[in-house]
Amino acid sequence: MSSPAVWASGLRKRYGRRQAVDGVTFTVGRGEVVGLLGPNGAGKTTVIKMLLGLVRPDAGEVMLLGRPGTDPQSRAQVGYLPELFRYQPWLTAAEVLRLHTRLASTAVPEAEQHECLGLVGLADRAGDRVGGFSKGMQQRLGLAVALVARPRLVVLDEPTSALDPIGRADVRDLLLSLREREVAVLLNSHLIGEVERVCDRVVILDRGRVATSGTLAELLGQRELRLRLDGVTPEAEARLGEHRREGDMFVVPIGDLDEVPDLVAELVKLGVRVHAVEPGRITLEERLLDIIRGGEDS
Amino acid sequence: MRIVLTVAGLTLREAARRRVLRSLAVLTILLLSLSAWGFSRINAEYGGLTSGESKLAAALVLNLVMFGLSLIAALGTAFLAGPTVAGESESGIALAVLARPVRRVQVLLGKWLGLVGFGAGFVAVAGAAQLVIVKITTGYWPPDPVTGLALLAAQAVTLLTLGLLLSTVISPMASGVVAVGLFGATWIAGVVGGLGKALGNESVERIGTVSQMLLPTDGLWRGAMRAFQDPSLLSQFSEAFEGHPFLSSAPLTVVYLLWALLWVALVLALAGLAFQRRDQ
Repeated sequence: MSSPAVWASGLRKRYGRRQAVDGVTFTVGRGEVVGLLGPNGAGKTTVIKMLLGLVRPDAGEVMLLGRPGTDPQSRAQVGYLPELFRYQPWLTAAEVLRLHTRLASTAVPEAEQHECLGLVGLADRAGDRVGGFSKGMQQRLGLAVALVARPRLVVLDEPTSALDPIGRADVRDLLLSLREREVAVLLNSHLIGEVERVCDRVVILDRGRVATSGTLAELLGQRELRLRLDGVTPEAEARLGEHRREGDMFVVPIGDLDEVPDLVAELVKLGVRVHAVEPGRITLEERLLDIIRGGEDS
Repeated sequence: MRIVLTVAGLTLREAARRRVLRSLAVLTILLLSLSAWGFSRINAEYGGLTSGESKLAAALVLNLVMFGLSLIAALGTAFLAGPTVAGESESGIALAVLARPVRRVQVLLGKWLGLVGFGAGFVAVAGAAQLVIVKITTGYWPPDPVTGLALLAAQAVTLLTLGLLLSTVISPMASGVVAVGLFGATWIAGVVGGLGKALGNESVERIGTVSQMLLPTDGLWRGAMRAFQDPSLLSQFSEAFEGHPFLSSAPLTVVYLLWALLWVALVLALAGLAFQRRDQ
């Protein structure tokens, strides 16, 4: 398990006179969830396609799960949801999944495939032709396709672009369950909130280069948690530690979002009534804008 | 091999479920029923023909109808071959498939195999139906129906291989149009070449020969016609055969068949190379 899920080094791609990707190097560790962020045209989708052998890089190397990207077998345990998601309209949803397990040469029992459709909310549409699906349903199917062949790495390119808020929440839950099962994820998304909630690390691309990368804590410094509380006892205040007040909100710096449930549980135990808990979310967006604008100025 | 067969099966299913099959079926049934009516008229209206003359008429009309069938097969497979590569790249269907642990050559070969199965199956079913219709209406049975149908199928395979190559480099619709256009052009060049031969004009005759080398559809078609004609006709009505677009005087040579085989292999290899290099 020493080799990373994704290892990309010095990737370059030129389309005509435009250098779409210019020396991109990054890794995704096993079981790690990494967000790929950047403005439109930064080269995110091209980088993803080069990882998966869909676009030939002009230079650079790729290793997936310890195998060179030039070997198709490197993709044996990789699931992919393309930004442009379309599936054979003349097949049913169940047939699309069966096709992909065959192409992946992975024997997945029918029941497990059906379960996969259930996971994305398409259990009752298994026998329907894909041609009659809405965009959102096709994207859900795409998620099932990415997950069906028991992947160790999942690459999702804008997985919620066609989904309603409920669908987005479903995807977030899916990503969290993948992380729990130690499946590595590379997530390209414009929805910064989505990235911030699920990603261990982010790579920010700008004009074909890696502008910056790191864990959220590294990129954002300390995070904040905003709590609306009632009946705060001195003991509870001591538990909150160093904090400041903004109206009726208590703003507490925290290192990791995983600490939140424990903190809330302890506050409740201390008799505090908790009305609202909001992680400071805007900061990644601000950071991203800073980086992109900084890049433009230079 | 498993991947190739999976993709071949997928392509066959696509052909079966797309509208193209329905249009093919309608066209074929239309042509077959028209021909059944036509053949029954030959016997009814030309009662005064000698047995040789009615045989010639039957062989001629059979070739004419078979040409119609081969045209349907050509149109059908060329318009299936186009969307299968270029169309899937355009729509994005190819992305999820090619990101699987598969070689592109396997995918292309699978698609080719599926299309071959479809084209050959169509020719076999529709062609055999046509032969039975002729047998029932006129009593004529060609001397070598299996070879004839096999050559018709080979003609369809040649064209769909070209369609596949074109669809790796140009858009789906354009690849279908170009393939069918080239098919028609070669046929006309073949007819022109035949006229040149009849008139003893060597340079005009060469047009046919060269075009039959560049795209073997017309050469294979002429071989198929030959297999549908009664050999006694050639000695009886040798003049009718000169320069006739729906009668064939010369049999196919083994060398030509080998060339057609090599041509298909070369074009398929080129398609594989183009597909391998193509960015999705």
